[in-house]
Amino acid sequence: MPEPAILVRDLVKAYAGHPAVREVSFEVARGEIIGLLGPNGAGKSTTLRILTGYLPATSGRVEVCGIDVAANPADVKNLIGYMPENNPLPDDMRVREYLDLRARLKGLTRRHLAPRLDEVIHLCDLGRVRDRIIGKLSKGYRQRVGIADAILAEPPVIILDEPTIGLDPHQIIAVRNLIAGLRGRMTVLISSHILPEVEATCDRVVIINQGRVVAAGSPADLPREWLGPPAYELELAGPLEALPALLASVHPALSLVPSSAPPGPEGFAVIRLAASAETPDLRETLVNTLARDPRFRLRGLTRPRHTLEDVFLAATRPKAA
Amino acid sequence: MRLFRILLAHELRMLLVSPATYIAATLFLLVMGFVFAGILETFTAAPQEAAPAAVFFQLFWLPVFFMVPLLTMKSIAEERRLGTLETLLTTPVSTPQVVLAKFAASYALYLALWAATGGFFYILVRFAGQSQPIDLGPLLGGYLFIAVSGTLFVALGIFASSVTRNQAVAGILAFVLLLALVIGTRFAGTMELLKLDSFAGVKAAVDYIQIFTHLEDFTRGVVDTRQVLYYLSGCTFALLLAILGVEARQLHS
Repeated sequence: MPEPAILVRDLVKAYAGHPAVREVSFEVARGEIIGLLGPNGAGKSTTLRILTGYLPATSGRVEVCGIDVAANPADVKNLIGYMPENNPLPDDMRVREYLDLRARLKGLTRRHLAPRLDEVIHLCDLGRVRDRIIGKLSKGYRQRVGIADAILAEPPVIILDEPTIGLDPHQIIAVRNLIAGLRGRMTVLISSHILPEVEATCDRVVIINQGRVVAAGSPADLPREWLGPPAYELELAGPLEALPALLASVHPALSLVPSSAPPGPEGFAVIRLAASAETPDLRETLVNTLARDPRFRLRGLTRPRHTLEDVFLAATRPKAA
Repeated sequence: MRLFRILLAHELRMLLVSPATYIAATLFLLVMGFVFAGILETFTAAPQEAAPAAVFFQLFWLPVFFMVPLLTMKSIAEERRLGTLETLLTTPVSTPQVVLAKFAASYALYLALWAATGGFFYILVRFAGQSQPIDLGPLLGGYLFIAVSGTLFVALGIFASSVTRNQAVAGILAFVLLLALVIGTRFAGTMELLKLDSFAGVKAAVDYIQIFTHLEDFTRGVVDTRQVLYYLSGCTFALLLAILGVEARQLHS
């Protein structure tokens, strides 16, 4: 099994007594797309800067493709394509000119340079603006120039700090597809606040709060881990006292969540049902049972999944010190 | 080495396409042109002791104090403010390569501007008719002084730019450092305290660093390698401090 693309073990970074990163540990396997989530000031950008070798850590171990970042920062720079927060770009250069310079700085030889530039410009949909001055581009294009720069030398690891911030929905989808297209070929680490984006793009998620890792797992597993199995939500009219007996006949683990909400004007109330983690999907059984029962009228049935946002809020709830 | 050349080529190209460079060059030549014309008038009015070239270079501090901060203040401070220093330093380039490339580009521009003033002397020779008004010695000595002392002045400007993210602060810091170096040492040389015997060693050191003395020696044709060493070692020291300045801000940002 090849070594993980990124290995962070007990990373600590303290600024003059203020600890920004406190013993953060996580691993990223090759070809994975992983999201780093956290509130502002949680230590995400600091962690990413340490990964790229730009900032030195106070203590801990960071390896990229098996190479220790502290011991060989120069070697690690060849392995990483990085787009910092706020995507800093020189405003007085043209897109093609800038990417050409970056490619040469990253070691692309003349022979591979032009075809690779064309490939990246096509991939990031920058064809229309290749000769425009960067300072005059819209935010969406600037973001894509930043991503183009990161993937230019085809590094094994790509680190993007807030790649979709400030973009409109079309541009977000474009960037999302771009990143998804890199899966498998390159390992991608994204830091973001935009939870639906992270949920849609990432294989795994690491949530950081106040410098510590508070949750880690896939966007599918985390909600179940943190907030329990998904519940069922019914819009039902009928004698609610008879419901528990009915539910017991459907499945013994199904239970009614007590609620004091009164029924609406047409007699329908929103009912929540809870089940244990092992119960199978009971939606079809519930629909059939309730439809056949003349006492009840069913108007709607959903199984609202907890989103990553719910997990994030639960995991980063401000704690008393 | 390859990366240094790429960086240097990029810096030079950005200087050549930037309108600010040409505005600065025009203003510089305008000012020096007036100075030169003024010198010619003084010389036609009455014969002078020194050669016109020597007098011309005696006012070297005027463009140095104003041009060097203007040329260098943007170099590192702007990149730090924009954040592009971070993207630059996460590529395989090293900090010394970045600092040296910026220094070399600013120095090349500085030399080019001074070389353009050679045009004034050429015009003079061309239109002076039969007499030989220009002594080549002081002229070459003067330009040599500019080239050698320029290394230290530009390096100080680069250093000033490396310790701040604000261009204005960088410019003012460079101005103050140059002022202290050129005029400050002159004042220090005239201090009464140094005339005491016990301070003879210190007096010798202060006399050694007198920039105007160096200028006189160069224009008289005396190229003292100790003075050349002073500038080159000062330049190296300032660039080392600039490299440290870039890395220190990284550590404590």
